[in-house]
Amino acid sequence: MSAALLEIRDLHVVFDAFRAVDGLHLTLLEHEVRFVIGPNGAGKTTLIDAITNLVRPTSGSILFAGEELVGRKEHAIVRAGIGRTFQTPSVFEQLSVLENVDIAATFRLPFRSLLRRRKGISDEVAHALDSVGLAELRDARAGSLSHGQKQWLEVAMVLVQQPRLLLLDEPVAGMTEKERLRTGELVTQIAKQGTTVLVVEHDMDFVRRFAHKVTVMHEGKVLTEGTVAEVQQDDTVREVYLGRPRDARGSAAASA
Amino acid sequence: MNGVARLLASGALKPSGFAVRFALVAAALLLLAPALLSDFRLSLLAKFLCFAIIAIGIGLAWGQGGMLVLGQGLFFGLGGYCMGMHMKLSEAGAGQLPDFMTWSGVEKLPLLWEPFRSAWFAVPAAMLLPMAIAAVLGAAIFRQRVRGAYFAILSQALAAAFVIVLVGNQGLTGGTNGLTNFQSFFGLTVSDPADQRILYFLVVVVLLVVFLATRELVISRYGRLLIAVRDDEDRVRFLGYDPTRVKLVAYVLAAGMAGLAGALFVPVVGIISPALLGIVPSIEMVIWVALGGRTALAWAAAGAVIVNWAKTGISEQFPSGWLYLQGLLFVVVILFLPKGIAGALERLRGLAAGRPVGGRPRVARGAVQASPPKELV
Repeated sequence: MSAALLEIRDLHVVFDAFRAVDGLHLTLLEHEVRFVIGPNGAGKTTLIDAITNLVRPTSGSILFAGEELVGRKEHAIVRAGIGRTFQTPSVFEQLSVLENVDIAATFRLPFRSLLRRRKGISDEVAHALDSVGLAELRDARAGSLSHGQKQWLEVAMVLVQQPRLLLLDEPVAGMTEKERLRTGELVTQIAKQGTTVLVVEHDMDFVRRFAHKVTVMHEGKVLTEGTVAEVQQDDTVREVYLGRPRDARGSAAASA
Repeated sequence: MNGVARLLASGALKPSGFAVRFALVAAALLLLAPALLSDFRLSLLAKFLCFAIIAIGIGLAWGQGGMLVLGQGLFFGLGGYCMGMHMKLSEAGAGQLPDFMTWSGVEKLPLLWEPFRSAWFAVPAAMLLPMAIAAVLGAAIFRQRVRGAYFAILSQALAAAFVIVLVGNQGLTGGTNGLTNFQSFFGLTVSDPADQRILYFLVVVVLLVVFLATRELVISRYGRLLIAVRDDEDRVRFLGYDPTRVKLVAYVLAAGMAGLAGALFVPVVGIISPALLGIVPSIEMVIWVALGGRTALAWAAAGAVIVNWAKTGISEQFPSGWLYLQGLLFVVVILFLPKGIAGALERLRGLAAGRPVGGRPRVARGAVQASPPKELV
């Protein structure tokens, strides 16, 4: 399995004078799990935003399974099979946990059938809630969840849509150590089921633990790509990302 | 009706007591009110219940969908004029012109009026015309992602523009006077108390059906989605839904309800004129809903009746007092009762049950970008 699922060519995203993404090339193969790291302002989140058209690319091309995404509407991109989460978890706080996942699950239903009431809980919804450990809280109002729980709820919402490509924006930000572990296992599990995953992450411990292939971004460009070990040995990476070439452990990055 | 059967079946299980409460209100409207109220009061109530139908639509579009519809007078008026034109024509008889046209020097029936001779055209048009216009306007507005205060102002401008068109075409629309002097409505004599009673029952039945259907919609999956769009429209796009479509459905239905209310209003009250559907009446419609409780459909409808009942009662005692009181009420609601009477009752129930007071409703945070204040717009 080595067909390219996502091909980004010469992508530019310019805000006024600031080049958030500046001539980026990136290829994701089907069933791959890719971590994107880089210092603050490297353009990692902007990359996800550009793929999902939350920000409009200034120029360049984003091919998903051979189809151009640039210029398509947000919801059309989701329907093409790309799901995403947000850095600050955004769930519908007035709805229950179950309702949040349910409306995510029904996005492919014909509009007419949405006019009926939900009867019971579909298997996919139950499974998604189970896999993020929110099954017991399903009737709670989403607004009453903790920060970490909201992040999981968001993951459940995107999981239940069974995207071909899943974009996770800092999935463990603000999580406890235990929650991080669980999220890492979840990502691994999702990938095993055949979903291609792109994770933007800040937390180097997390990256070291769960990443295989890593892309390092710097100033809107890809600096280098490789395994975690390769990237950690790369001098330029250590220079731009860690700021302190002598510190090989890279713990400075976690607090960056 | 399928919806009623389903509601009754599920009423015993989930919405504890809804079926009972609904039956009580229906009984009060269908049995108690006709028995207790004088003919005059009963036809006033019929008028207020027409307003309640508009309020249900506003509850759907604004309370559930977050679209502050400040121009429902436009759709109410369209429905009213459709019915009014038909009544005028059927009274005038074949080949004759409505009275006001003769006075305005119009000699030939304008082409626009011709189809309204047929009840088969006029009655559906009273609902479908407002819905069609709302669909065209809404699609343009929502696609451009116009929302919040901008949407509110735009919707209000539409009502204002409609008034200008009506006033400016004296011969076609009756101008400032509107359409009035109605004698009969489908064989009923408008001035006859017994026939007014029949009209009252018609309004009650329509109101109850509209309420049940709208409630069914609100608790459907679409209803959940509408709330999601209200609280974070941009987030909904990333679930693969087009918010334009979601909002459009609620907006168009609300317009249809306002049109239906207008069509009933004309035979009940005997007039439709620009003064009934301009900016001020349109704002008043929103006040009813704000006061009743915009997120609680039944209270939105009740708000229309309560406010108008109070308006009539107080105006009878203090002719100029109502306007001040209405302004005061609105300020109080905005400051202290963001969810209206429904919210106040909910809080009281919470206090009685010893739960901590919830205070203001939590407002969902915009995920994608900072959004305008969501309390009202």
